Formats: sequence, C-alpha cells, structure tokens
Amino acid sequence: MSSEIAHIFSEPPARSTRIPGPPPVPAPAAVELTIDGRTVSVPAGATILDACRAESIHIPTLCFLENLTPVNACRVCVVEVAGARTLVPACSRPVEAGMTVQTASERVRHSRRLVLELLASSVDLSTAPGVADMLAEYGADPARFGPAAPPAQAGERDARQPGHHHVPDGAASATVAQPVKVDNELFVRDYAKCILCYKCVEACGVDAQNTFAIAVAGRGFDAHISTEYDTPLPASACVYCGNCIGVCPTGALMFRSEHEMRAAGTWDEAAQSRTDTICPYCGVGCTLTLHVQQGAIVKVTSPLDASITEGHLCVKGRFGFTFVGSGGDGG
Amino acid sequence: MDLVTLAPRATPDERAAVDVVLGAPVGRWDGGERADPEGGHVASGGHAARERRHLLLPVLHAIQERVGWISRPALEYACRRLSIPPADAYGVARFYGLFSTTLRPPIVAHVCDDIACRLAGAEDVCADLGRALGPAGEPALDGEATWLRSPCLGRCERAPAALFTVAGTLPETIAAAPVDAAGIVTRLERTAAGRRLVPAPTDTEPDEERLANVRRSVPQAGGPGLRILRRVGVTDPRSLDDYLATGGYRGLRRAMEIGREAVIAEVTASGLLGRGGAAFPTGRKWAAVAAQPGQPHYTVCNADESEPGTFKDRVLMEEDPYAIVEAMTIEGFATGSAHGFLYIRAEYPLSAARMAHALATARAAGYIGADILGSGVAFDIEIRRGAGAYVCGEETALFNSIEGKRGEPRNKPPFPVEVGLFGRPTAVNNIETLVNIPGIVADGGAAFAALGTQGSRGPKLFCISGSVPGPGVYEVEFGASLGDLIALAGGVTPGRALRAVLLGGAAGVFMGPDSLDLPLTFEATRAAGATLGSGVVMVFDQTADLVGTLRRVAAFFRDESCGQCVPCRVGTVRQEELLARLANGRPNGSVADELALLADLGLAMRDASICGLGQFASSAIESAVRAGLVAFAGHGEARA
Amino acid sequence: MGSDIALANAIGREIIAAGLENRGFIDRATSGFDAYREKVESYTLEYAERETGVPAARIRELAHAYATAPRAMICWTLGITEHHNGVDNVLALVSLALLTGHVGRYGSGLNPLRGQNNVQGGGDMGALPDRLPGFQHVEQDALRAPFDAEWGVAVPPKRGKHLSAMFEAMEHRELTALYVIGENPVQSEADQAKAIRLLSGLDHLVVQDIFLTRTAQLADVVLPAAAAWAETEGTVTNSERRVQRVRKALEPPGEARDDLAIIFELARRLGADWGEPSAKAVWDELRRLSPVHAGMSYARLESQGGLQWPCYDETHPGELFLHSRLWEDPVPGNRAPFVPVDHDPPVDRLDADFPIRLTTGRRLDSYNTGVQSGRYRSPLRRGESLDLSPEDVAGYRLTEGERVRVVSRRGAVETPVRTDPSLRPGLAFMTLHFQDDVATNLLTIDATDPKSGTAEFKATAIRIEKLVAARGG
Repeated sequence: MSSEIAHIFSEPPARSTRIPGPPPVPAPAAVELTIDGRTVSVPAGATILDACRAESIHIPTLCFLENLTPVNACRVCVVEVAGARTLVPACSRPVEAGMTVQTASERVRHSRRLVLELLASSVDLSTAPGVADMLAEYGADPARFGPAAPPAQAGERDARQPGHHHVPDGAASATVAQPVKVDNELFVRDYAKCILCYKCVEACGVDAQNTFAIAVAGRGFDAHISTEYDTPLPASACVYCGNCIGVCPTGALMFRSEHEMRAAGTWDEAAQSRTDTICPYCGVGCTLTLHVQQGAIVKVTSPLDASITEGHLCVKGRFGFTFVGSGGDGG
Repeated sequence: MDLVTLAPRATPDERAAVDVVLGAPVGRWDGGERADPEGGHVASGGHAARERRHLLLPVLHAIQERVGWISRPALEYACRRLSIPPADAYGVARFYGLFSTTLRPPIVAHVCDDIACRLAGAEDVCADLGRALGPAGEPALDGEATWLRSPCLGRCERAPAALFTVAGTLPETIAAAPVDAAGIVTRLERTAAGRRLVPAPTDTEPDEERLANVRRSVPQAGGPGLRILRRVGVTDPRSLDDYLATGGYRGLRRAMEIGREAVIAEVTASGLLGRGGAAFPTGRKWAAVAAQPGQPHYTVCNADESEPGTFKDRVLMEEDPYAIVEAMTIEGFATGSAHGFLYIRAEYPLSAARMAHALATARAAGYIGADILGSGVAFDIEIRRGAGAYVCGEETALFNSIEGKRGEPRNKPPFPVEVGLFGRPTAVNNIETLVNIPGIVADGGAAFAALGTQGSRGPKLFCISGSVPGPGVYEVEFGASLGDLIALAGGVTPGRALRAVLLGGAAGVFMGPDSLDLPLTFEATRAAGATLGSGVVMVFDQTADLVGTLRRVAAFFRDESCGQCVPCRVGTVRQEELLARLANGRPNGSVADELALLADLGLAMRDASICGLGQFASSAIESAVRAGLVAFAGHGEARA
Repeated sequence: MGSDIALANAIGREIIAAGLENRGFIDRATSGFDAYREKVESYTLEYAERETGVPAARIRELAHAYATAPRAMICWTLGITEHHNGVDNVLALVSLALLTGHVGRYGSGLNPLRGQNNVQGGGDMGALPDRLPGFQHVEQDALRAPFDAEWGVAVPPKRGKHLSAMFEAMEHRELTALYVIGENPVQSEADQAKAIRLLSGLDHLVVQDIFLTRTAQLADVVLPAAAAWAETEGTVTNSERRVQRVRKALEPPGEARDDLAIIFELARRLGADWGEPSAKAVWDELRRLSPVHAGMSYARLESQGGLQWPCYDETHPGELFLHSRLWEDPVPGNRAPFVPVDHDPPVDRLDADFPIRLTTGRRLDSYNTGVQSGRYRSPLRRGESLDLSPEDVAGYRLTEGERVRVVSRRGAVETPVRTDPSLRPGLAFMTLHFQDDVATNLLTIDATDPKSGTAEFKATAIRIEKLVAARGG
C-alpha cells in the first residue's frame, strides 16, 4: 500500500457536515375533494383509495396490493364519482380537485355484491383471507346462480382456445374448479382458487422478480395463469422465489408444506407464532416473517412494509429455512 | 433479457417465417447461430430488440400463415428474436382467435354463425359441415383441413359467410359469401388436392364482376347525392388517377394551405362526431392531441370493424382506400403526428390488400412519406392486422394489440389523447369518421354542418341486413327514420311481418315494430334509450328465432370478453347460462326471479366493467326483454 | 478473466480522451489525478480488447455511458475481490468513480455487494485483524483508549492475522490452536488438501457451529451453537450498512446454545464473570464504544426497520450513502486519492498443460458450501458440473453429462460436463456448493492478495481429461 494513502486505512474519515439524502422533491400540491360528504385534502397524485384510507373509510380490495402496480381487474373497490357514467376503481383512479365520491351508495354496494357473487360462484374462496367477511358485509348470495358445474379435468381448462365454446344448458354454473397443480417440491398452484387478479404475473414480472415465467393466457372465462404452453414449472423460467405466493390473495398459490398440512388437517393458524427476523443468506437483508407451529417453521413470508424488498424474497429466503430444526451432519 | 427457452430448435419453415418479418438474426443472443464465439458475450441490441416488441403480432401471423399453427419452438424462436419472455408471448398468442398454439390442419374454413348469418341459415350450414367433415376443429380430409365456427365476418349483406385460410409458403386468406356446406367442402377438397382456393385473389377479377359485387354490397352505388359513398362503384379503387380525377387530395392540399389550426377549426366547425360508436367530437379530439407537448404523437385508424352486423368500413376500405389514406394524412398533419397505424381486422383480407396498394402508390407519388407534396411535412402509415379479437375494437385494447400485447383494454383515464399508443398522445378515429374528413377540409366545415340535424351533422352510413330484399350499406343524411332506412332496403321481406330491429349491433338495442318513426340520430336514439352504435340495422321478421339470437349474443360476449375484469369475465358466463335456463323453460325459481337476476347482472356489468364490451354486453338482451319482444315460461308452463 | 484492471483503466483512458471527466470534482475533491492519467495512457481500447475479449467499441460505449449518466453506480461482488490483486481491482474502479464524480451523491457510488447476511456486521463489530468495533484502528492509541477504559484491560496495540495469514502461521507452527465460529474452512478454503493438512496438524481446534461440518469433524472440541437468525436475538448489518434486528422464533435443538451464551460461559470458566448474556446489553456496549453506531438504540432499530451507519446520536437519521463530504466546498478532511494500478494477470497461468481458465461462484438456489442451502428441496438444484462453452464441449469431444477429470496444478476432481452457451471458449465454471461430492477447492489456488488476504478463487488453470480414455476402455 503506498504510504500516501495509508491514512485512509488508519484514520476515521472526516464526517460530512450535512446529512446525505435524496435530492429534495417539491411537495405535491394538495387536492381537495368530497368523499361521502366529507371534505378531504390529499396530495396530488394520490388515488381515491389513498384518500379513503387517509380518512379511515374502508374500501374492500382483492387485486390491489401496496407493492404492485394496480391492475384494477377485480372491481370490488369501485366507487361512485359524480358525473362519471360508470363506477370507477378506487385503487387506481387519481383524485381530482372538486371530485365528489360516494363509497357506499346503492350502486356501489350493488356492483360490489355482484362482483363478490360472481367470484364466489366460480372460484373456491375457502382459503382467501377476509373474503368471507366481505361476502357477509355485502349480503352476497353466490347460490343465486344455481348449482356449480363439476370440476374440469386436469389440463382441460388450459387447453381451451379463444373463440367459440361449448354452449351451456344453464343447469349448472361454470366454475374454474380443476385439480391442483403439484409439479415441484416447494409450492403448489391450485387454480380452482384463482380469481385472476394478475398479482402473481406482476410479481413474477417487472414489479418484483423480472423472471416472466408466467402470464395470463387464454381469453374471457377461459383466461388463466400459465407458463408457455402450460409447461410444468420445472421446465419453465421459474426461479421459485415464491413472490407469487407472497402476493396471492386467495391461497391459490401455497407452500407445498402448507398445502399438505391442510390436507392432513394439521394446519392450525391459531397455534402459529409469527416472528420477524433477517434472512440468513446473502447481504441484501430481507426481512423474513417466520410462521412457527409446534416448534417448526411452517411458512415464511415477508412484510410489505419492509423497506428493502417490500415483501419480496428469493428462493433461499423463502424456502431455504429447513436447515434449522432438521439436524444432520453438515453440508 | 435473460430468456429461458427450453424447446428444441424451430423448423427451417418456422424460422424462415419469422425472418421474413424481422430479417436474419445477428447472433446467438437473438436466436441465430453462435458464429462468433469470442463475441458470444456481447448481448448486442437488447434494447433494440425490445423496442421491436410491437412486431410480435406480425411475427405470429407469419408463423401461423406459414405453418398453420404456432409451435413452442417457433414461438421461442420469435421470443429470442424480439427479447420477449416465452410465457408472455404465449399469453399473447392464446388471446387471439385466429392463432392456434396446438397443431391445426393447414386449411381452415371459418364459418360465421353470428347474428345475421344465423338468420340466413348458418346453423344448417354448420350442421351439414359436421356431417360432411366431422366436428368443428377436428382434422378432416386426411388431416389437411378443418372447419371452425367464427364470430361475425362482416359480410352480413351476403350471409352466410365464411373465411378460408390456407397456410404455406404462399398463404392465402379469402372471404366468401354467401356460402353453403357443399360449396365449403368443395373448396376445402380442391385446396387439399393442391389447387389454390380461387384462381387468384378477387383483386384481379374483371371489372364487371367486381362492380357486380360492389352493387350487391352497396345498392346505392353510383347513385346521385352520395357523399361518403360517392366513389364506390364509380372509380377503380386501385387507381390513384381515378381518385385524383374525382376530387382526391383536394382536402390535403387545402389543409397544407390553411395550416393545422385552421384544419382543426374546420373539423370542429363541421360538428363531426365519431362514427365508431362513442360519438365523440372529432375536432375536440384532434385539438387535444395537437395541444399535447412533446413528441411523438400517433395517429391510429381503427379498422377493426367487428361489431356483429357491421360491414361499412370494409366496403370503404375496399372501394375508396385513398380517401382513408388522405384523411389519415390530414389528421397526422393536424395533430402533429408523423406516424400512423391502420389496424385492420384479419378477417378483411381484401381491405388489407386494397389499403396496402393505396399506401404503396400514394407513397410512390409523394402523397405520404418523408416530404409530402414538397411541403416538408412527414407522415407515413403502417398497416397492422388484428388476429380475431372483437375487444380490439376498443381503442386502448387496439393500442395494446399494436404494441404486441394481449388486447386487454386499459383503464381510462388517462385517455388516448394524453396516454395512447406506446404511452404517447394519440388520435384514434374510425374509418367512416375519417372518410368525411377530406370533404370537410376541402369544402369547409360549414357545408358539412349544414347537413343533418342539430345534434347529428352530415351524412351517415347504415349497415342493413336480415330480413330485407336489399341488404347492404346505405348512406342517408342524418334525420332519416328507421322506417326510411328499411324502406331503402326494400322493406321487410315480402310476405313477412316485422318483429324487431337490432339497432347498433350486438352491443346495441332491440327495437319493436312500433319504432319505425324513430329518427336515426344521436339525439333521438339517446332519448329513446337506444343507440346508433356502429350503424347496424338488422331486421327480424316473425319467423326469426329471437331467443336463439339472444343466446348467440350472450355467447358472443362470453367468447369475446378479454377476461380481465370480473363483472364481464364471469358476468357474461352467468348471463348466457341464465338465458339458456329461460330458453329451456327451466328457470331457477320463477321467470321473474331470473329476469331480476338478469337485471342485477346487467347493472353490475354496465357499472363496474372496465370497457364498453362488458358495459354493453347485456344491452341487447335486456332491451329485448324490456320491449316484450321475447317471453319466457317457467316449469311446466306453456311458452308465451 | 482476471483482466478487470485492463478494462477499468481503458474506460478511464477513454473518459479522459473524450474530455468527459468531471474536472470540477477532480480539482476540488481528489488528489493524484495526473499520475492516474499517466498510468492509464497506455491502456488503449485495442489493448483492453486484447486482454479482456470485450470489443473495443463496447468498452468505448460503456465509458461514454458511465461518464455521461446523470447517476451511475458501480456494483461488484467477489469476481472483483477474489483475485491475487483484488484490492487493486477495487482501486481501479474507485478511480472511475473519482474521475466522473459518481460517488458521494444520491443514486451514484461504489457498491460492493455483500455475499453473507452479516459479513458487513462482522466487520462492524471488529472481526477484522486490525480493527476494533466501528472500524477503529487498533494501532491508533486515541481510538484504542476508550476500549481500555470500558473493558478495564489494555487492548494489545497490535494487529492480528487475517485468515490466509493464519494458515501461513499454522504452516510455520507459529499458530497451533484455533477457535472457529460459524465457518467451514475445510471446504471453503482454496487448495483444500493443504487446508485439511494444516487444520489437522493443530494442537487444539475448537469449532462452534450449528452443524457438525467437515471442519467440526476435525475438532478437539465442538460447541453446538444456535442458528443466529432464528434461534437467537441480536442484529446483523446488510450490504447497505443497515443494522437490523434478528429475533428468536425457535428454541435451538438439543444442547445447542446461543453464541453469546457459549462465549459468556467460556469467559466464566476462564475466570471472568460477565453476568447474564444479553444481546441488547452487548449492543449498548458497542454503542458506547463505536461512534458510528452510537445513535442506534434497539428502540430505534425496531421502530425504523433498521438504521444505516454512520449514526452518531439518537437524533441522527443514519446516512443513505457515504462520502457526501466530497461534494462540500471545501472538502472536510482529506481529498480522495486516485491510486493508479496496473493490470496483472492471474497467478495460475495458462499453458499447454493447463489451457482452460476455471472460475468459481454460486448458483441462485445454493449458498457457499451448502451447509444451509443443501437441506431444502430446490427444483433448480442439479448438483456439481463443469460448465463449458459449446465450442469446448465439441472441441474436447465431450457429451452433455459425461463425467470428466478436472485437473489443476494442485489437485483433481471428477464431475459431469454441462454446456453453457453463456461461456466463451476457454472459460469454465464450477461452484463450491457440493463439496462432499465434488471438492472444487482441491483445484483452486491459494495465491492471495497481500493487502486483503483473499485467495484467487476466481482464476484457476485447469485441463480436462476424459475418464474413458484415462481408464483405457
């Protein structure tokens, strides 16, 4: 080491006199609007959902998640904006000055109820957190559409081409029921529980992982989440980060261990503790929430508000925990 | 992008099909050979490749047309070339009805069974084909051919219709109407035996035959007083000289003289409202795009005419293509855009051919290109083909389709004038709207505004089909009544009584026989709770199976829903199931319960769907029920 | 491979030749620019293309893009540091940041990405031969004094040995006893045969680990430890200097104990009773002694989701990036020096006997020697392989999956061949994840950087021998 720079290695560096941070951005102008008769002021660029949350006005959401780009596909968050011909999705519609919003009008409640009935009549929502409460709140009665049709065979729904379909007789209502896809050791894909919220596609794509192993294929009611040519995950681009599991609102995507414990009747969320810690692998420092049941980690998630990766993990962080509690003799 | 492609190598045919569109690959990073291993580390052109994403649909068309289907190796080769993840591209391919991702025979008859063709016996044609060739989609004629049911092919005036596609090194797509099962089978057999579909595309057919066809589609052709249709059946649509001799390019020349602001002022003064269905003031749209800071702006012409019962844009593209080129050029000039896209549905091969010919000759003559008529103004037009998706007629879905994506509509706002094609300010107009433009600019907006009514200026085209002796495209001055229109087409078929009229298409409304006095204007139809939609006037007589028609409408929307939003994706399924129960006399509970549920579904679809498809998917069905045009019986009851 | 300085210096030369250097920043905040300019003068694009294999046009494109970007960051991992001249590699990159002013500003900078969840924290805590906690140099009296006072003993004013030096000392019998905590040097050290010989020859080896690793199997005493991230309380520091809390979610199995408890117990048995072990108490002690950690109370770490050092007091928000002082006028403290360095190819040279360059690294789903990651059922895992370019696979008449012998000047292993089109001819890749099956580090060279003590894992000379031919059919 040349002596002229030796001081770098022996003396503490001089301190900055200013605290470094991002360049200042001008605060957005305040926008005033009316929500449910209340005058509300929020920063320009905020969505109606942001404004409602700031006012503690509850808006139900399914396809919305803080760490993903809103796709406003589920339409359960619709609200009524004065002057608009149709209802608008609160999750993605930016506020405008003078806007008058109703979040619980008869029209709003009607559409939310129908959206929930349509979903519940076509999708298995039994492991979707919070949906039972929503159905109750809106008085949704999915049975109005009649009995459910029998489940499709494995691969049958994936194979449907866009265009003409088999004309129904209406005796039973079509569903997305089909066998669960189990093609790897780490997680299962139970598309009978898929509401097609696009979140997994976003998490696999530019919103988190940039792997693009899955996309929406097919059209209309036959649209489904798919790898290319419905190839099994081990023959796809999947890197098993499990970020799709992390964002799935219905439990369609699930740790294989949870899936098997549920099947065996041993899954007991009430008996589980949740502890936040830091991933034991690389230097990124992702926060892991360890779900522990009877002294064993049964699932790993990551909080959406963890600043480093906003809830997203890699394959090691999400699945590579089995070395604790497993015993063994070293690598 | 670090793509994972695991399929074996694409066949030489598949690679050649892709390379025709994209040129030869440079190296292994874009799917080519690893010719220069030392340079194998250089991911040349990653950005450049991704910027060509919009060529995905042309590439998929090329594969489909060459091989008859899109195999995984072929798709993955296309993905390498364009730097698109295979799952993403697969999702795109699986969105469009005319692409197949499973092995399909090279020769396909797409047989229309939509509303007008249904009235003309399409179900019988399909039944006969089933007996002759086997079930739809199954290989026939030693695996050489198959047949499929198709949504409206835009040939309702000569129903029933079919579209033939033949894959190979010289692919063909030919529409035919009217057709019968025997004729379809003969064509398939002749083609399978190695002969071409017809001696040649209809574009080389003798003038007399061409004119006869035109007069069948446009009975008024050559008649006096026509404005929009004035060249149809009069000039040769393949002749720029003919176009110039009949006042062609007067509009563009005047536009260049008066400048962009004045052009927009004329269009605004004309009171022209968009003819695609939304009736938005064209001048206001142009002004909004012109006012957007930054470049580029885009000009898009929506020629994805797919509304069942509609065929006027097809006729205009086939018979007056230069007018569309001139109009788009004026629009580009006025809105500050140098690049136009003309998105034509794939079911209109002759339209695409005529437009391509018009573009090439107009370009050669300096009417489009880098320096139009020596003015220094640059504007050019690229043709893009749809691939079998009604929803792409929705303008933002159309943008996504041009961009090489699934044709899923976007949420609005932001509106296209601000965030449109490629995220840029975009003026998008329908064909009929545009054909009015050269005249408005040449003769002034006031002359146009003098025609029609207070709320509906100018002339208007209507597509009359169904139970009339003279179905076709008709031009009237705004103000004509529904009865006037039907009278133009010769009235209801002799010996039959009028039962209903479907106004505006599958997304329109059914009117009863008491509506003949309704003026077909924007304001009058709006007041009557109806719509002009795309100008469809489909006539049903007392023999028509109206309930079957409603079920077909429901099936159509269920087929064509993009699947993005819940109200439409599931609502269209439930609506179709409900109609089936009513039609079969097996309602859940009472008929009244079912009709209440139908209304509930309709309201939610209208209120909560992302785009017009879902918003209007229940419109025709509910209107027929409301107008008492159909009646349903419960269990054990006689049908009313 | 091993030509990073040729590349960096050529980029520097091109930036200067194109007049794209940040003159104002150089004049105000740096020293030694003239010497740097002279040094890089001979590093033409053509020379760099020859040495690196990267086309000259691409190097030029990169130089211009980097110099003209509003914000630019250089990130690196062990591909830069695991060379016999790893420190010089880093210095060459530092010079590029100084040349362009891409340092000390938001969105710009130099970012060595850390490979372990607490390798940064280990350094923070003084687990470096010449440092006390908070990177305070042990040979500086003024920095050492607070430690003497806090601990009531005189801290030896002398730097210790880094890992490579320790092995050297073992060879000379200068070091005869070793206490290894949470490391598996039998499998992670370069030149594995030598590492095993030296560890086996110690008078006394203590290993504290969560598993009976290959190193633990050589130990005289094994202290079973708890997994720090799930079975104990404490903190770790990530790659962006963010200190974050780890928490106990599980009871450690069997007799395993928290590292802290083990060390406290060891102290007690050696006659120093430190009381009850408490991660928080240890942390508070650190805060008293390390100015850069002083403001990081457990309460703040909890409520703010971690803090980035330096964080001098409880009102200090922590610093998002370092070296912002370089943008003050005048610059507080010393200017940042350019340190000119020269290209120096890898020690393990290629020749007719060893014509292929082997580099080692990780795969996504696995981690180091596999102690942790070997236990979950990853669908991506496919075991060890010698990854070769398609040209080399063809040239050596190999087939996919064929087992071959890989021979270096130090050892040989057998492994299947795999084609990887992202490799260029002459370059091979292996991991160190499956050392029980394929002991890759039997091949690697222990040539180390004299400044950092890091071995040249990234550049080994090998040859490939066909097993079928070797066995004579």
